[in-house]
Amino acid sequence: MRNSKVVTLEEAVKRSGLKDGMTISFHHHFRGGDKVVNLVVDKLAEMGFKNLKLAASSLSDVHKPLIEHIKNGVITGISTSGLRGELADAISHGLLNEPVIFRSHGGRGSAIADGELKIDVAFLGASACDELGNACGVPRSENAKSICGSLGYALPDARYAKHVVVITDDLVAYPNLPAGIRGADVESVVVVESVGDSSKISAGAIRDSKNPRDILLAKQAAKVVINSGYFQDGFSIQTGTGGASLAVVKYIREEMLNRGIKASFALGGITAHMVKLHEEGLIGRLIDVQSFDKVAAESIAKDPSHVEVSSVEYASGVHTGSATHALDIVILSALEVDTQFNVNVLVGSDGIIRGAIGGHQDTAADSALSIIVCPLLRGRIPCVVPKVTTLITPGKSVDVVVTEYGIAVNPARPEIAEKLKAAGLHLVDIKELAAKATAIIGTPDPLPFGDKVVGVVMNRDGSVLDKIYNVK
Amino acid sequence: MKNSIAGTLESGDIMVTIGPGEGLQVDLQSSVAAQFGRQIKAVIIQTLEGLGVKDAHVQAVDKGALDCTIRARVTAAAVRATGKDVWKD
Repeated sequence: MRNSKVVTLEEAVKRSGLKDGMTISFHHHFRGGDKVVNLVVDKLAEMGFKNLKLAASSLSDVHKPLIEHIKNGVITGISTSGLRGELADAISHGLLNEPVIFRSHGGRGSAIADGELKIDVAFLGASACDELGNACGVPRSENAKSICGSLGYALPDARYAKHVVVITDDLVAYPNLPAGIRGADVESVVVVESVGDSSKISAGAIRDSKNPRDILLAKQAAKVVINSGYFQDGFSIQTGTGGASLAVVKYIREEMLNRGIKASFALGGITAHMVKLHEEGLIGRLIDVQSFDKVAAESIAKDPSHVEVSSVEYASGVHTGSATHALDIVILSALEVDTQFNVNVLVGSDGIIRGAIGGHQDTAADSALSIIVCPLLRGRIPCVVPKVTTLITPGKSVDVVVTEYGIAVNPARPEIAEKLKAAGLHLVDIKELAAKATAIIGTPDPLPFGDKVVGVVMNRDGSVLDKIYNVK
Repeated sequence: MKNSIAGTLESGDIMVTIGPGEGLQVDLQSSVAAQFGRQIKAVIIQTLEGLGVKDAHVQAVDKGALDCTIRARVTAAAVRATGKDVWKD
C-alpha cells in the first residue's frame, strides 16, 4: 500500500538512527516464550552496535543469550522489573558493570511518561499489525501465529519512545483497529516468522497449585478478604501470580455466590480464574495490563468489557488516575516478609536475583487492603524473617500477612485486626512468626555478599529503596 | 560397613550416602549451603556420633531439608550401612 512502513529489521534499525550508547526497549508480554529481545539484540550485535542500554518491562530465563551480548559489550546497562534464570545468576555474580535498575510496572510507566527513562528506539512485538503500524496482541486474521493479549507494558514505550519499530508475525490489512499501539506513534513495521511462543505465556511465575499447604493458605486468605470489611457489593480485586494467591479466587467466588455479592472490576495480570468469574457475571469489568494465560488473552480479543490499559493507567504512583487508586483488595505473594512488614519479591534468600517487582509495590501502596500470602518456610528457607534480604515493598503498604502458622496484621491497621479477630481468625504477632521460623531452622549464616552494587531497587516515585550487592 | 543410601532428591529432602571411611568425613552439596551448610554438617555428625558411628564417609545432597529430616535420613542410611537396627536395640 502507499506509505507502507514495512521494512527489514536491518533497514528499520538504520532508519531509527540508533547509535552506540542509546537506549532500546522491549515488552515481556510473551513472558517465557518471547523471541523479540533475542532476535533484535542478535541483529544489533551483528550490525556492530556497542554500549546499548536495554530497557525491558521484564526479562526471564529465555533471555540468557544476553549474557554473551553483555560479555561482548553490546549491552552495558539494563533496566527491568525482574530477572530470572541464568542471566539473573550471572548478573548477581557481577557480570554487568553498571547496576541493573529495577522498577515496578507502574514505576516504569511513569518513569517513561515523565522522561526519567528515555527510550531512543522501542522494538515492540505484536501478534497483528497493519502496514501503518496499528498493532495489538490478539489475532486479527486466519494467518495469526501468536497471541499475548494485552500489550499494556508496551504502550508507554509506543507513545513516548523517540522511534518505534513494531515487530509482528502477522501483517494484516489496514485498518487493524482498535489497536493499543497506534500507527501514528510507529515509524517502522518489521515482519518476522515468529514474535513469541504463546504456549509459554503462563510459564514461569504462574502455576495452579494442588499443594495442600497452598490450598490451606488460600482458604485463610479468602477468610481475611471475606471478613475484612471490604468484601461488599461492588468491591474490586487483584491477585498476584503465586499458587496460593491464585487459588484464593476460587474460595472468594464461593462466598460471592453465597452472599450474592458482585465485584465491579478485577485488575492487573488477568488470569483464567478472573475470566471465569467475569463470564459468570460475578465481576463487571476486567482491567488488563497483562494477560497471564491464553484464556485471558483470548478473552480480551473478544470481550469489550475486558479492557487493555497501559502500565501508567494501571499502576502509576504519580498519575493519580491510575487504576490501583480505585483498587480495594490485592492478594500478593512474597519471597520474604520481615517483622516490619517489609516485603522482598526479587532477591532469593541465597542473595541471587530470582524474581520481579511486577506490580507488587504499586498495588500494595494504593489498594485499600493488601494481603501477603506466604508459607512460613519453603524447605529450609524462611519466608518470615527479622529483616528482608532486599527491600521491595515498604511495610507501611502491607496490611495483612497470611501464613499457615497464623495471620499477622500490621499494627497500623487495628480496625482490620478487630474485624478478623471477631470472625474467629487466628491472629499472631509477626515477630512470633519470625521466631517460630528460627526455632525450626536455626539462625542462617550471613550471605556471602561482595561490595559491588549489581542492582538498584527504585521506589515508584523514582527514589532509591535499596541496593543489591554481588554474591561471591 | 557397606555403601548405603537413604533419602531422595525431592525439594525439602536430603539424600545421604554412607560408606566406609576413616573418621567422620562429610561431603555436602546443598541448595542452602551458604546459609545452612555449617548447621547441616553439624547435624549429620551429631547424628552419627549418637549412633556410635566413628568411621564413615558421608556424601549428602541436600534440597533444603529440615533438621528432623536430616536426622531421619542419616539414621536410616547408617542402619543400612552398619546392619545395626537402632530402632530395635
